[in-house]
Amino acid sequence: MFGDYFSRALIAGVGLALVSGPLGCFVVWRRMAYFGDTMAHSALLGVALSIILSMNMTLGVFAVAVLVAGALIVLQRQATLSTDALLGILSHSTLAVGLVLVGFLTTVRIDLMGFLFGDILAVSVQDIAIIYGGGIAILAILVLSWRPLLASTVSPELAEAEGLRPETSRLVLMILMASVIAIAMKLVGVLLITSLLIIPAATARRLSSTPEMMAVVAAVLGAIAVVGGLFGSRTWDTASGPSIVVMALVIFLLSLTIPVTRLFGRKVPHGT
Amino acid sequence: MDAVAKKENLITLVGAGVVRGGRTLVSGVDLTIARGEIVTLIGPNGSGKSTTAKLATGVLKPSMGTVTRRPGLRIGYVPQKLNIDWTLPLTVERLMTLTRHFSSPEIMAALEAVGAARLLKAPVQELSGGEFQRVLFARAMIRQPDLLVLDEPVQGVDFSGEVALYELVRQIRDTSHSGILMISHDLHVVMAETDTVICLNGHVCCRGTPSAVQNSPEYLRLFGERASGALALYQHHHDHEHHDDGCVVVDGHSHTHEHHEGHSHG
Repeated sequence: MFGDYFSRALIAGVGLALVSGPLGCFVVWRRMAYFGDTMAHSALLGVALSIILSMNMTLGVFAVAVLVAGALIVLQRQATLSTDALLGILSHSTLAVGLVLVGFLTTVRIDLMGFLFGDILAVSVQDIAIIYGGGIAILAILVLSWRPLLASTVSPELAEAEGLRPETSRLVLMILMASVIAIAMKLVGVLLITSLLIIPAATARRLSSTPEMMAVVAAVLGAIAVVGGLFGSRTWDTASGPSIVVMALVIFLLSLTIPVTRLFGRKVPHGT
Repeated sequence: MDAVAKKENLITLVGAGVVRGGRTLVSGVDLTIARGEIVTLIGPNGSGKSTTAKLATGVLKPSMGTVTRRPGLRIGYVPQKLNIDWTLPLTVERLMTLTRHFSSPEIMAALEAVGAARLLKAPVQELSGGEFQRVLFARAMIRQPDLLVLDEPVQGVDFSGEVALYELVRQIRDTSHSGILMISHDLHVVMAETDTVICLNGHVCCRGTPSAVQNSPEYLRLFGERASGALALYQHHHDHEHHDDGCVVVDGHSHTHEHHEGHSHG
């Protein structure tokens, strides 16, 4: 079943979507889209550094993403520039530094396009093992800490007053995001990773009435986008990573045609 | 509940204060809350009301002084009006179990107690201000707290809703015998049932019964002209004694209150 490159791509992509969907819900709920983008852009810096230091690439990308998240928290505490501006600085400077460093690497040939837009058709059995191993770990953490994560998303004050630790939840989410970015980079590339977090989750919102349902629906929609996108890219000979994102977008646009009120309208009349 | 239980001190703050990044947020706060007692913190923005409440609940550790909580104290918290993004699909039912699991009968009972049972399946984004606060009250009470902390419980609620919510607070106090710590950003609105008003401005400016605070020179100095004679006390019709000692009620408040009592708000 791992025999040809196309089924490997399908298996890897679906595995990634099953993780990025639920985690993406938190990205949408907490308005962390730009934050996720910044972490993703820093992945290229992680790639360059792990080649220079000859360390494992997935680990290097993960470490740099966590460092960038940490840097943001420190800079936020100083509160001189808005978070928005800080993200803009970090996002593009890490990407630029990564690109410059890659240019210096004359000894190794790097498929830059592959890192920017992904190369899902080149995944190996080992990559699949990393995706599923890492993915199961991420999902397990997500399920086990679901209640505190959700509570601190709804209201940090309330969670804190009732004995939970919203700061820890925030940290857990950042680490999970860094992990997803690290395992997703090879498949869809640093520029498209956040789309797999955000688009399926945003689509799932209209189809869900509880947070848990939204997480599951996002996972399923993400998987459909991967399968549809890959078959589309094979049929029309288009780039695989962008085709997956386009498929996710098409599903999102289709979902917009369903009126929300018809799905989950208020069944109780307003007060008095 | 017998008299002994009622006198049990839930929380005691002695000279408590918090220093953050070299800045003193609040200092020298003495405060006790017993069962069945209502303590209200008032003061301008940044005067340390929330910090004091966080000291009491244990979210913040005191940099000076001491904070003693009865061991095993259960706290119910009603936050300031929550803004829950549309992207988060949350029904009232799911909101009730946000930080802990409760069974369906428990949830129904808690919602019924605040007159919000019919909202069980409603998405939280569609609740009115008053409905939302009721649900948040139910959420806090389902934990059967010893101490209920209310952070600006009537913000974003229209006037008749306000009166109904204060009535609900009184009811909760009477039936559950929990202590209540209330934060009010609205300088002029304090429940008549409040046992102690503590007026903060980085430190305790003045304290006492609502009527004593209203007439204290410190209170008048802190809140200036706007405060003169306008501390509105929501009075319950049993508390006639308060009417006589100068707790002026802003035009018609107490009448409005009685008007609305017959309605079921929700």
